Amino acid sequence: MSSANLSKQAVALPTAPMKKRSPWVAAWKSLRRNKAAMIGLFVIVLLIITAIFAEQIAPFGYDDQNLVNRLQPPSAEHIFGTDNFGRDIFSRIVYGSRVSLQVGFIAVGIGAIAGGALGAIAGFYGRHADNIIMRIMDILLAIPGILLAISIVASLGPGLTNVMIAVGIGAIPGYARIVRASVLIVRDQEFVEAARSVGTSDFRIVMKHIIPNSLAPIIVQATLGVAGAILSAAGLSFIGLGIQPPAPEWGAMLSEGRQFLRDNPHVTTFPGLAIMVVIFALNLFGDGLRDALDPRLKQ
Amino acid sequence: MHKYILKRLLALIPVMLGVSLIIFTMMYFTPGDPAAMMLGESAPPEQREALREELGLNDPFWIQYGNWLRGIVLEGDIGTSYTTRRDVADEIMDRFPATLQLAVSGVVVAVVLGVPIGIISATRQYSIFDNVSMFVALLGVSMPNFWMAMLLILLFAVNLQWLPSSGLNHGFRSLILPAITLGTGAAAIIARMTRSSMLEVIRQDYIRTARAKGQVESKVTNVHALKNALIPIITVIGLQFGGLLGGAVLTETVFSIPGVGRLMVESIGQRNFPVVQGGVLFIAITFSLVNLLVDILYAFVDPRIKSQYK
Repeated sequence: MSSANLSKQAVALPTAPMKKRSPWVAAWKSLRRNKAAMIGLFVIVLLIITAIFAEQIAPFGYDDQNLVNRLQPPSAEHIFGTDNFGRDIFSRIVYGSRVSLQVGFIAVGIGAIAGGALGAIAGFYGRHADNIIMRIMDILLAIPGILLAISIVASLGPGLTNVMIAVGIGAIPGYARIVRASVLIVRDQEFVEAARSVGTSDFRIVMKHIIPNSLAPIIVQATLGVAGAILSAAGLSFIGLGIQPPAPEWGAMLSEGRQFLRDNPHVTTFPGLAIMVVIFALNLFGDGLRDALDPRLKQ
Repeated sequence: MHKYILKRLLALIPVMLGVSLIIFTMMYFTPGDPAAMMLGESAPPEQREALREELGLNDPFWIQYGNWLRGIVLEGDIGTSYTTRRDVADEIMDRFPATLQLAVSGVVVAVVLGVPIGIISATRQYSIFDNVSMFVALLGVSMPNFWMAMLLILLFAVNLQWLPSSGLNHGFRSLILPAITLGTGAAAIIARMTRSSMLEVIRQDYIRTARAKGQVESKVTNVHALKNALIPIITVIGLQFGGLLGGAVLTETVFSIPGVGRLMVESIGQRNFPVVQGGVLFIAITFSLVNLLVDILYAFVDPRIKSQYK
C-alpha cells in the first residue's frame, strides 16, 4: 500500500547523506507556519496557565456561596454572573479548567499507554497474541463509546478518577489499532532485522525502534483524543454520572444551569463557551499536527 | 457475497458473547442493591433477602451469567425488568422507535448538509466558501451537542416559540430541534471527510481525462469524482448513524425523548440490571449490523471491493 511505501521512505530519510535534520524539527517548522494551529496552541497554553494559577486568577473560590446574590447577570464584580447558589461563574470556570485538563490528559494517557502496549504486542508477535488482543478490541468497539463509558462509570461509581478510567478504557481500541498498524509496517524492515541480528531483546526493539517510528500517528490521535475525552467527561457529568457537585466541572455546570435556561441563560452560556473554545483549540492544533507529521495528507 | 455476509454474521457471535460477558461483569460489580431499590430502603431485611433470592442475585457470578445466556440462546429471552416486570425485549422495543426516528432524521440532516458542503469546499479549495465552511465545521465538531441543544431550545422554543422544547408528541415538529442537534455535529464530520476524500480523488488522472474529453464540470465532480470518493464518506455516515442509534443519550436527555439511551441511563440509576444488559447487547448488535451493512454497501459502490467479498 502507499502508506507502507511512504513510511519506508520516511524511515530511509535519516540515512541519506543529504538530510541531517530530524523529521521532528521539520514537522515543528511546518507547524509553526500554520496560523490556525498556532492559535490553537496559544489557547491550550493559556488553558494550562489558567489551570496552574487558578487560585491567583479566580476572584472567588469555586464553592463560595452567596445566596443573596443568586442568578445575577454578568456585572463588573462577577464578569460571567452568578449561579443559583450565588457562586461566581467565572471563578468556577477557571477552576473547572483543572478538571478538564486532568480528564483530557490522563484519560488519553490511559488509552494511549494501554492501547499502545496492546497494539505493539499484537503487531509484533502476531498470530495468537494478535488474534486475542484484536478480538477483545472488536468487543470494546462494538459498544458505542458513550454507552461503554456510562456502564463503566456505573460499575465503578461516579467521580473524577473513575471518569478518567472510563473514558480512557473507551479510547484503548483506537490506539491499539494505530500502533498495531504501524508496527506491522515497521516490523519487517531491515533496521529491525539488524537490531535483532545483534541480539537486541524484543522489549528493546519495540521500545527503541518500533515505538519511535510509529509515534507520529499516536501523537495526532492523542491530541484529538484529549478533545474527545474532555467532551465525553462533560457529557457524563451532564447526565449526572461524572464529576459530582460542588466540584466545578463544565459539563456539570451546564447540567445544573439547565433548569434556569429560560430566565438566566448566562448560567449555561459561559461553561458551554468554555468547552467549545478548548475543544476548538485542541482540534485546530491536532489538525495542524496531522498535516505537519503526515506528509501524505498535505495538499 | 452471500458467503461473505454469512461469514461476517458468524463472526459477530463471539464478539457479542464478549459484549455480553463484559456488560454482565460490569453490572455485577455495580454497587447498589436492586432489591433495596425495588422495595425501598425501609423494607425489612428478610423481605429484601427473599427478593434477592427470587431474582437469583445470591447465585455465584458464573451461574447468574450462565442463566442469563441460556435464556437468550435457548428461549430468546433477554431478561425481565426489575421495575416493571415486563420482558426487557418489550421495554427496549417500546423505546426503540423514538431512537430510530432520531437517528434517521439526524443522519438525513447530516448528509444533506455535510456532503454538498464537503464537495463544494473541495472543488473550491482555499476559497472563501472553503475557509468559512471548514471553520464552521470545526466549530460544529467542537460544540458539545447537549449545549447546542440548549441553545436551540432557548432560541426556537423559549424565545420564538416556534417549536416544542421536549418530547415527541408534536409529530414532525418535535423532531426538528433534536434532528438539528444531532445532525449538525455529524454534518461537520461528514463535510470534513467528504472534502478530504474529494481532494484526494480530484487530482487523479482519470479526472483529468474526463475533463480532457470535454465532460461538463458538474458531471466531472458529481459523477466521476464523487463516485470514487464515496467509500470513506459512506464509512463516516455509517459510523455516525451507528453512533446515533446507541449514543444519543445526551440529546435524548435534553429533549426528554424516551429513547433507548434514556432507558439505559434510567435503568442504571434504578439498578435495573437486566434492562441495562439487554439494552447494551441490543445496541451493540444493531451497531455491528449497521457496520456490516456499510461494508456490504461498499460492494455496490466499488466493484473492486465486490470481487474481494468471497
